[in-house]
Amino acid sequence: MQINYTLNLFILVILVAAGLWTVMTRSLIRSAIGLALTSVILTLLMFRFDSWLVTVFELSVCAGLISVIFISTISLTEPLTKSEVLKHMKARLARFIYLPLLILVVGVGLSFIKVNLNFQLPVAEIEADARKVLWNMRDLDLLGQVVIIMTGIFGVIVLFREMRRK
Amino acid sequence: MLSFFITTPLIVLMILNLPFRSLMKRIVFVVGLSLALIQAVLVALAIFGFWDIYSIPVSPMLRFNIGVDNLSLLLLLCNGMVVFITMLVSRSFIEEGEKRFNFTSLLLLSFAGVNGIALARDIFSLYVFIEVVSISSFILICFNKDRDAFEGAFKYIILSAIATIFMLTSIALIFLVSGDMSFEAVRAALDNSAHTSLVLMAIGLFLCGFFIKAGVVPFHGWLADAYTSASAPVSVYLAGVSTKAVGVYALIRIVVTVFGFDTPINKVLLFAGALSVVVGAIATLTQTDFKRMLAYSSISQIGYIVLALGIATPLGIAAAAFHFFNHAVFKSLLFVNAATLEIATGTREMDKLGGLAQRMPVTGVTSALACLSIAGVPPLAGFWSKLLIIIALWSSAHYNYALIAALASLLTLGYMLLLQRKVFFGSVGDHLARIKEGEWNLIICAIILAAVTVGVGVLFPFNLCKLIIR
Amino acid sequence: MTSVNPYLFFHIFIVTIMLFVMGFYCIFFTFNLVRALIGVELLIKAVTLLIITAGYVTGHMALAQAIVITLIVVEVVFIVVATGVVIGLHGHNGTLDTRKLRNLKG
Repeated sequence: MQINYTLNLFILVILVAAGLWTVMTRSLIRSAIGLALTSVILTLLMFRFDSWLVTVFELSVCAGLISVIFISTISLTEPLTKSEVLKHMKARLARFIYLPLLILVVGVGLSFIKVNLNFQLPVAEIEADARKVLWNMRDLDLLGQVVIIMTGIFGVIVLFREMRRK
Repeated sequence: MLSFFITTPLIVLMILNLPFRSLMKRIVFVVGLSLALIQAVLVALAIFGFWDIYSIPVSPMLRFNIGVDNLSLLLLLCNGMVVFITMLVSRSFIEEGEKRFNFTSLLLLSFAGVNGIALARDIFSLYVFIEVVSISSFILICFNKDRDAFEGAFKYIILSAIATIFMLTSIALIFLVSGDMSFEAVRAALDNSAHTSLVLMAIGLFLCGFFIKAGVVPFHGWLADAYTSASAPVSVYLAGVSTKAVGVYALIRIVVTVFGFDTPINKVLLFAGALSVVVGAIATLTQTDFKRMLAYSSISQIGYIVLALGIATPLGIAAAAFHFFNHAVFKSLLFVNAATLEIATGTREMDKLGGLAQRMPVTGVTSALACLSIAGVPPLAGFWSKLLIIIALWSSAHYNYALIAALASLLTLGYMLLLQRKVFFGSVGDHLARIKEGEWNLIICAIILAAVTVGVGVLFPFNLCKLIIR
Repeated sequence: MTSVNPYLFFHIFIVTIMLFVMGFYCIFFTFNLVRALIGVELLIKAVTLLIITAGYVTGHMALAQAIVITLIVVEVVFIVVATGVVIGLHGHNGTLDTRKLRNLKG
């Protein structure tokens, strides 16, 4: 139990570090990679919390697909050249230098708060299998997923395909 | 039966995407139009009691956790009506073929999404359908790919994403104390929970999310840009039903059904509502763009709805729902008129227009009706809802807010008359001498909506009482 | 389901709030369109973490997983559409700088 706890704590620390790197790094590509890294670490945490089904989705979709989308967007829009990046960097640093400090203050400040941590709820009649819950209880969500995926398809048609024709 | 409201547009869309594309492209307009019309007529008949929407048995395949009450019926009716109008208007703006096919498909998906919002009985499903409507709105706003449209859409995207994050955080916190998502379970859990501060935080975040999505005043920055930069039919849709469903309807639904009324919630709603009423009305006076003026007036009218909701009495909720319906009607009508003007004169700057009532009699008369209805002149529909709001405020001893509502109503009359005088009255300028009335589809839209406004206003004392006070 | 260490949940709560601060800082203090979207993504990550933890702590793991799967689908569609808008803006302005977005005001 003690080892588990320490391990989880360690994962949390590197999660924060990855998030911070995502925000602070100066190149957009690295920022997108940092996002994927954050996603992977989140997946680790989910794995530790026994959510097997979600880990697959998070790893393939969030860490994989979304970083592909971001990186292709960045390369499509031709990011700045090296010298321009260096020029922008100073101004960026002036704006973002306070963030780690802010994060530290937030973390330390919050750890002094006392909260009631007893969230255990009765687990009597609920399903234990996520697949059954998804299909039997959350079927309206599934319908919503179908609608939203269709919307996404038409979004791609409208925003990307007609653009190329122009 | 109820699940057909969501599944039918979806199935129709899937059939439309089958082979025979050229045939489908020709019929898609008629199909979408008739679907929206059928829904509007069916729901209107249900509201007036010609058939019972509650008791039709469903096949076990399609038994979702959905339900309908008066408020959902109102949204379903608005949705059918406004989508019908939007499609008719789009005939003049979107050229036939591939583009109109995509436009109609997106509109149908959004239509299904709004129906989902109306029927959802579960906070996470509500969120999913809100997201459907928001995302299709983003795409529709930048449908014509103007630079302004992309800018407006991007602002909307970022603010909407922030609203989404607020809602999701709130959903997670609610999940933490309730362990379930359906409205009843959440309500019971929130009432009995020991984690008072957590519940309060969840409610506050949810309200903030809805305020952003509805464009209530501290968060109204995106609304005018999105409405103005979108093409004319999309503006009709956004103003008529999209942002109303996503923000205002969901707010009413969550506050009435899930959170229940509580003193802090009421205070926040009353204050935010009154602030939007006043700020929206004052900001309207300074605008020169026709559509931007309508957008700011929209903010002011949304303020009235939120204000009425904050009263927390049954009369207040009824007034909010009634004003919601009226606003969908007269604001769509004004945006239809804006579309007609845009297509006839090619400009939206009000200083360049004038005297158009002689040239465009139908547009002039219908927009005058809409303006008078918005300003609350009897016997039009807007008068009754504003009267209800002020009565409800007065009878629950919110005298200050009642005074603000009444004075802002005068301000509304002022800016609406200003708009009428600038655009439709006076003498015709030389450059406008050759202007003609709009096409038949725009005229039909204007006449239908004006007839609804006048009809509801005249018949309200007899019929609509049954609808709101059931 | 084993008993949950309440302190771990408290730490996760703190980490979520830290991620929120990062995400909002990233959205409000950047001048780059893509980076704003990355900030939004970071916020969605924080919410995902919160929902999964809530499911674990309350013992409603299955429901939490079902919700997160839907959330991920919604998130992907959102990001696709948003990047489409960003690419369109880049096509018009030739830059990703938000300070160039001055055509519309408030």
